Amino acid sequence: MSEMIREDGRKFNELRPIKIEAGVLERADGSAYLEVGGNKILVAVYGPRESYIRRLLEPNSGVIRCRYNMAPFSVDDRKRPGPDRRSSEISKITADALRPALMLENYPRSMIDIYIEVIEAEGGTRCAGITAAAVALVDAGVPMKDIVVGCAAGKVNDEIVLDLSEVEDKEGQADVPIAMMPRTGEITLLQSDGDLTEEEFAKAIDLAMEGCRQVSELQKEALMKKYSTE
Amino acid sequence: MDIVPEITRQSITNLVKNGKREDGRELTEYRDISIETNVISKAEGSARVKIGGTQVIVGIKPQLGSPFPDTPDLGVLMTNCEMLPMADPTFEPGPPSDDSIELARVVDRGIRESELVELDKLCVEEGKHVWMLFIDLHIIDNCGNLFDACELAVMAALKSTKLPVATIVDEEVVLSEDETFDLPINNELALCTFVKIGDKMVIDPTLDEQRVATARLNVGVTKDGHICSMQKGGKYPLTKDEVLYCVNTAITKVKELIEYL
Repeated sequence: MSEMIREDGRKFNELRPIKIEAGVLERADGSAYLEVGGNKILVAVYGPRESYIRRLLEPNSGVIRCRYNMAPFSVDDRKRPGPDRRSSEISKITADALRPALMLENYPRSMIDIYIEVIEAEGGTRCAGITAAAVALVDAGVPMKDIVVGCAAGKVNDEIVLDLSEVEDKEGQADVPIAMMPRTGEITLLQSDGDLTEEEFAKAIDLAMEGCRQVSELQKEALMKKYSTE
Repeated sequence: MDIVPEITRQSITNLVKNGKREDGRELTEYRDISIETNVISKAEGSARVKIGGTQVIVGIKPQLGSPFPDTPDLGVLMTNCEMLPMADPTFEPGPPSDDSIELARVVDRGIRESELVELDKLCVEEGKHVWMLFIDLHIIDNCGNLFDACELAVMAALKSTKLPVATIVDEEVVLSEDETFDLPINNELALCTFVKIGDKMVIDPTLDEQRVATARLNVGVTKDGHICSMQKGGKYPLTKDEVLYCVNTAITKVKELIEYL
């Protein structure tokens, strides 16, 4: 059954081709560009800087603010600019996914801003955004316990497969995006929609974690490429 | 809040007074320009433009819609600009700022007034169905002179735009799945932006030059040397001679810019 070939020719445990680049913007403190399959994602990080938004300020800790935004031209039917309910939710869970790796207690009264721009979307943008954001945080020189990484698994044609494409996401039966800290294996984001048995879910989470570990190596490579002195 | 250190103000002003600039350019010299088209495969037209460190991406999406009642046989252009908070530490998320609306409108005016998009060829059925082109500008890195970068990006993207062929079958619009046509364009245009520093006009300002400038002038010129849009910005006035100098310089500079397209 693991011999099944998917609609785009991948094996059940195969990722789409990924390209990650660190430090692509001039003004931002840190930035990253990521392509996975047809997704194109840019992330910029500002901070830690003094919180100029009073209501967000915390006297004994830093605050992380995250904005996930899709370009109007990133999808087949033009998306109206500005936040909608979906992107607000993704912004929130992305911040939650990255926060455990940050040492915010060292930055009282400050904030870290993360801006994720989906320039082109082809399924799995939230995980790709988290992966790219973690690279941008490193590029910004923000101290972290680990480089968070995201990846999804799902169910298509009754098979558990890794890293769903847009078609698979639309036609598939379930989607389980996760993010984790690869050193400890702790999960910092977990969503699931669709229909899975307990056994299938366990399989999906194992597969997604395995995918995360592979993507994690690519994150490190991108950073080494940018910062190694050779 | 954008505070300019006094030392920056003085050093830039002194340099310009002697005909020099912080990055070693001439007063009428552009930074390096690069243009890539078809960067978004899901958009019908797209481009990424860099002028120095400034970077913008534009995508063009068409939609079928009803024409305006006063122009029942013409397509519709709509330009929108998002100054993404990623591009600059002072840009905030939220509805478009005044600056962003001005930027979009100035860019739009050049395209519209030069009539380079043949809007009559975007009519599918008079009074009922026309193509509406949504031009969405995304500012991703702001190192000064967004105006010229945006206009170049829109021009390049329009030139790369392909629309699906639409036909009327039984009073309904049917879009062809594989047949496309190039967006009909009959001219080219570029915008030249000047700022006034001290008593000199400087082309393609950097961010710091923009901050210390007292006035701004955008001049839109077509390939054949016709002026099709202008906008004065900034807190202080310009003299007639300064305006005429800018127009004259823009007409020669635009030829250089158009060669990048």
